[in-house]
Amino acid sequence: MQTTGNISPKPGDVLLMIGTMKGIFLLSSTAARQRWKVSGPHFPGEVVYALAYDSRAGRQHVWAAPQSPFYGTVLCSSDDFGMNWTKPEAANLKFPEDTGLSLKQIWQIVPGRDNEPDVLYCGVEPAALFESKDAGKTWSLVRGLHDHPHRARWEPGAGGLCLHTILPHPTDNNKMHVAISTGGVYRTDDGGKSWQAKNNGVSAEFLPDKYPEFGQCVHKVAMHPSQPDRLFLQNHGGLFRSFNAAETWEDMANGVPSDFGFPIISHPHDPDTFYIIPLDYEMRCVPDAKLRVYRTQDAGKTWKPLTRGLPQKGAYETILRDGMDADSLDPAGVYFGTRSGKVYGSANNGNSWKLIIDDLPPVTCIKATVVNGETQAKKVTTKRRAVKKQTKKKPARSTRKGK
Amino acid sequence: MSITFVIPGPLREFTDGQTDVVINVKPGTVGEALGLLWQRYPGLKDRIMTEQGEVRQHINIFAGEENIKYTGGLHTQLNNVDEIYIIPAVSGGINN
Repeated sequence: MQTTGNISPKPGDVLLMIGTMKGIFLLSSTAARQRWKVSGPHFPGEVVYALAYDSRAGRQHVWAAPQSPFYGTVLCSSDDFGMNWTKPEAANLKFPEDTGLSLKQIWQIVPGRDNEPDVLYCGVEPAALFESKDAGKTWSLVRGLHDHPHRARWEPGAGGLCLHTILPHPTDNNKMHVAISTGGVYRTDDGGKSWQAKNNGVSAEFLPDKYPEFGQCVHKVAMHPSQPDRLFLQNHGGLFRSFNAAETWEDMANGVPSDFGFPIISHPHDPDTFYIIPLDYEMRCVPDAKLRVYRTQDAGKTWKPLTRGLPQKGAYETILRDGMDADSLDPAGVYFGTRSGKVYGSANNGNSWKLIIDDLPPVTCIKATVVNGETQAKKVTTKRRAVKKQTKKKPARSTRKGK
Repeated sequence: MSITFVIPGPLREFTDGQTDVVINVKPGTVGEALGLLWQRYPGLKDRIMTEQGEVRQHINIFAGEENIKYTGGLHTQLNNVDEIYIIPAVSGGINN
C-alpha cells in the first residue's frame, strides 16, 4: 500500500493524528477546521495505539508507536509530519533482563512538563512506565512503579494489562498520576520513586470486594492542567471525579445513558468541561445505536448529550479509550474516531459535529494539536488564534464530509 | 562451510535489501548462527527476538525444513543444515 499525499501544516494549523489497526493517518486543517488534508497510511498494516506531538523547545515532533504483529514495536518519530520517519535499528523501549518481561505494546506517549523539555513518558503493556530524559534517545523503566508490591496482582483486561494514562502534574515535577487496566490509579509525590494506589471510591463490580484498594479496571482519566488536583475518571462501569488529587473519588454518572465507556477528555480552556462517549455495557456500542457525546460544563454535576450532526439511529459504534481528543483553539475542536473507521469533529466545543473522514481501518487513538503552539502551559491560556489563509501544498487527499 | 539465512520481505530493509544472507562460518547451533547474523545486521535482532532472548511469538525459524520449535529451539544443531529460514507465522482473523 502506498502512502497518499503529504501534509505541511503551518504554525497555527490543526494537526489530527489518527492511529488505526492498520497504520497512521495524519490530517491537517487551518484553524477554521472545515477542510482537511490527509496523508497515510503511515506504517501500513501496523497497529498504532499511541501517538503524540511534542512542540517543546521549538520541536515539531510527531511520535508514534507502530506495532507489527510479527516484529514487535519500536518508537518512531517524524519531524516533517510523516514525510520521513525514524526507524531505530534496536528497539528503544526494552524491559531489563532481570524483569523477565517483554514489551508487547506501547499504549501511551506523553511529553513531560514544559520545564523539562527533554523528558518523555511511555505507558506500556505489560503495565509499566518508561521515562526518557534525553528527548527520546534512551529510555528506562520507572522502577518505583515496577517494583510496587501490588504489581503481581494486577490483571489484564480484555485489551491486555496496560498502563494507558499518564498525567504529569503541570507544575510540580514530583507529582504524577498513572492509570492501569486493571490495577487502578496510582500517584507518585516523589518523582516516581514511590507510588500509592489512589482508588478510594472507585468501584470494581467484577470483584467480590466492590471497593478494593487496587484492581479497578480504570479505562481513562483526564485532568485539566489549570486544576491539576481535579481528576475525572471513566471506569469499567462507573464515572467518577476527584477534587483532591485522587485521595477520594465520588460518582458523577448523572444523566448519562450508561456509566460504561472508554474515553474521557477535558476541554482545553474550561476546567469544568469534560467529554465522554457512553457505551452499552453488554454490547460495547453506543446505547440505543445513537451516537452521542456527553458533555458536562459543571464539573460532573450534570451531563448533556451532544447530537447535532451525529447519527441517531443505526449507529452501532464503539470508541476506544484514546479515541477522543480536543485541540487548543477557542472555540475548541473536539474529535473522536470509531471502530468502524469514522472520524467526527466539532469546531465549536462539541455543539455540532461533522464527519471528517470515513472508511479508515478501526480507529485506536486520536490526538489533536495546534502546530507549534500547544504546550501544557499554553493549553491553559490559549485564546482565539488568528485564522491564517492556507496556501497550496503538495497534493494531498482532501476531505469535506458531513455537510 | 557456510550458512545461508533467508530473510522475509519486511526485514530486508535491515539487510541492505538482501533476501539471502550468507555467513561463511558454520556455527554449531541456530542460536550461534543468529548471533552471527545480528553482528552483521543488528537491525534484525529486536525484530526477531524479544528482549528476553526468545524468538517472537509469531516468527518461525526453520533449520532446513524443520521448525526449531520441535528440534530444540535455539539449541538446535546445524549438522547437515545449510539454510535457516526466518518466516512470519501464518496468522490473522480476530483483529484483522
